[in-house]
Amino acid sequence: MLAYRAGTPIRAGQFLADVARAGAALGSGGNVLNVCTDRYRFAVGLAAALATAKVSLLPSTRTPEVIAHLRGFAPDAVCLTDEDGCDVDLPLVRFPDAPPAAPGEPAAIPDEADFTARVPRIEAGQRAAWVFTSGSTGTPVPHEKTFGRLLECMWVEAQRLDLVPGVSHTIVATVPPQHMYGFEASVLLPLASGNALTAERPFYPADICAVLAAAPRPRVLVTTPIHLRALLAADLAIPATDLIVSATAPLSGQLASEVEQRCGTRLLEIYGTTETGSIAVRRTTQTPEWLLWPAVTLEPRGGETWARGGHVEQPTHLCDVIEVTGRDRFLLHGRVADLVNIAGKRSSLAYLNHQLNAIPGVLDGAFFHCDAAAADAAVSRVGACAVAPGLDAAAITMELRRRIDPVFLPRPLLLVASLPRTSTGKLPQEALRSLAAAPPKPPTAA
Amino acid sequence: MSDNVSSLRQPADSAGVAALTRELAGLIVAALNLEVPATDIGPDQALYGEGLGLDSIDILEVALVVSKQYGVQLRADSEDNERIFASLRHLAEYVNTHRTK
Repeated sequence: MLAYRAGTPIRAGQFLADVARAGAALGSGGNVLNVCTDRYRFAVGLAAALATAKVSLLPSTRTPEVIAHLRGFAPDAVCLTDEDGCDVDLPLVRFPDAPPAAPGEPAAIPDEADFTARVPRIEAGQRAAWVFTSGSTGTPVPHEKTFGRLLECMWVEAQRLDLVPGVSHTIVATVPPQHMYGFEASVLLPLASGNALTAERPFYPADICAVLAAAPRPRVLVTTPIHLRALLAADLAIPATDLIVSATAPLSGQLASEVEQRCGTRLLEIYGTTETGSIAVRRTTQTPEWLLWPAVTLEPRGGETWARGGHVEQPTHLCDVIEVTGRDRFLLHGRVADLVNIAGKRSSLAYLNHQLNAIPGVLDGAFFHCDAAAADAAVSRVGACAVAPGLDAAAITMELRRRIDPVFLPRPLLLVASLPRTSTGKLPQEALRSLAAAPPKPPTAA
Repeated sequence: MSDNVSSLRQPADSAGVAALTRELAGLIVAALNLEVPATDIGPDQALYGEGLGLDSIDILEVALVVSKQYGVQLRADSEDNERIFASLRHLAEYVNTHRTK
C-alpha cells in the first residue's frame, strides 16, 4: 500500500495514474511550488515534477516578499495547489483529481499487476528540489537537493528508525510536507522505504488521535515537541502507536519519558537541518547522545561544527553548539546565539533585524530572544525594540507580516526613544530583555 | 449549523455567551502571555492573522485551554473550524454549544 486517506488504501497503480495526470497539468516550465495541503496530493505533485524533469521549490515561508523572490529565482515557476482561494502570486495549477466515474459505470481501476513497467526512471543526479533557508541578508538562500542523495538519506533513516523491511508501516504526520523534516519523514521516507504515507495533516490532539486510529498498524507518528506536549495535556485515549518520531527542537528527557509511558512505545528524535536533511537520531529516554548517519562526519572548524559526507550535498555549518563525543556521536548544547528556531522554522536575529530596519520609518531596531536560555520543549518567542517616531506598533507589525513568517512576529514589540547600546555600540540581548521587562509606560488617560 | 442551534436557544444563552467571551479573553491572555489586557480584546476581533495576531502554535495552546476548562475537543476537520477562530464571539458560541463542563 502506498498511501491512506481516511483509512482507505491508495495503491501504486493509482499513484502512477495520478502522477501522469498531474505531470500533464504542470505544463512545460522547469519549476514547481507545490503547496498542496493534502500530503498524498503533495507526493503526487513531487513525483510528477520528478518524472517531467521539474524542480520542486520549498521556501521556508510564503510571505509576499518570499514569493516575489521566487519569481526572480525561477521565472517559469508555477504553483500547484489543492485549495480554493490560494493567494500565492504565481500562475496557479489546480491539482487534477481523478475524474469521477460516469454514472452507471464502475470507477476505472488502474492496472495494479503491471505497474512496475510504468514507473518512471529518475537519475540519481537529477535535481529534485531547491530548499530555501532565510539567510541573513534578506535574500532566501537556495540549497540543491538531488534525487539520489535524498533517497540515500532516507534509506539510512529507515534503518535508524528500525522500520523493518517487508513490514509496511503507516506513517501519520502532524508536520507539513513542505518543511524539510516533514518532506523527508512524512513523504520521502515512506516512498523510499516501502511504507505508507497518510494524506491527512492532523493538528489538534483529537485530530491526531482520530487519524492514528484510522491508520493500519504498525503505525508511526511523525511529530514535534509542540504537538506532543499538546497531545499529552489533552487527556485523550491515545491509540496504540508503534513508534513516535520527533524533530524541530530537542525534547527534554522528562517529556520523552512521559510520551513513551503514555503511548507505550519508543520515541526517537531526529536531528537535522534544512541544508543537510536528517543526520542523526537518538532515543532520548536512553541517552542524550545523538548517533550520526554512518557516512556523515562532524568536524570542528575554529569553534564551529561542520557536517559533511554521505548524503550531505555541501559541507554545512551547523548553527548549534555541538560537542563531538565520538566518531559517530555528539551532544547538543543549545543554539548559537544568533539562531532563532520557533516550531521548526529557523531564522536568525540578523535576518529579522535586517527586515525590521528595512521598513520605511524605522530608524533603529533589534530583535531579542524572550528567554535567556533555550527554552526546553516549550515555545520560545522573540521580541523587538524599535525606534520609529511617526509609526505605531500596529503599522510596524503589518509591514513585518509581509516580510517574515508570522511565528517570528515580535511579541512584545516596543517603541522606544533609543536602543540600549553600550558605549562601543553593541546591543546586548540582556539589555533588550530588561527594556522589555519594564517598558516605559506612556501616560494614559484613566 | 451552529448559527441555527444558537438562535434556537433560550435568551439566557446570549448572556452566557457574553460572559464566556470575557472569560475566554482572560484565559487566552493568560495562556499566551499576551501584552494586551483581556478587556481590550473585542468580541468581534479576529484571533488569527491581522486581528489579535495569533498563529497556529497559539491556536493549539488555546485549544488545550478550552479542552481543559470546558471539555470541548476542537477538530480541524470540522467545517466549523475556520469560523470558530474567526472571532472571540464565535469561539464563545461554539464552546457554549459544545461544553461538557
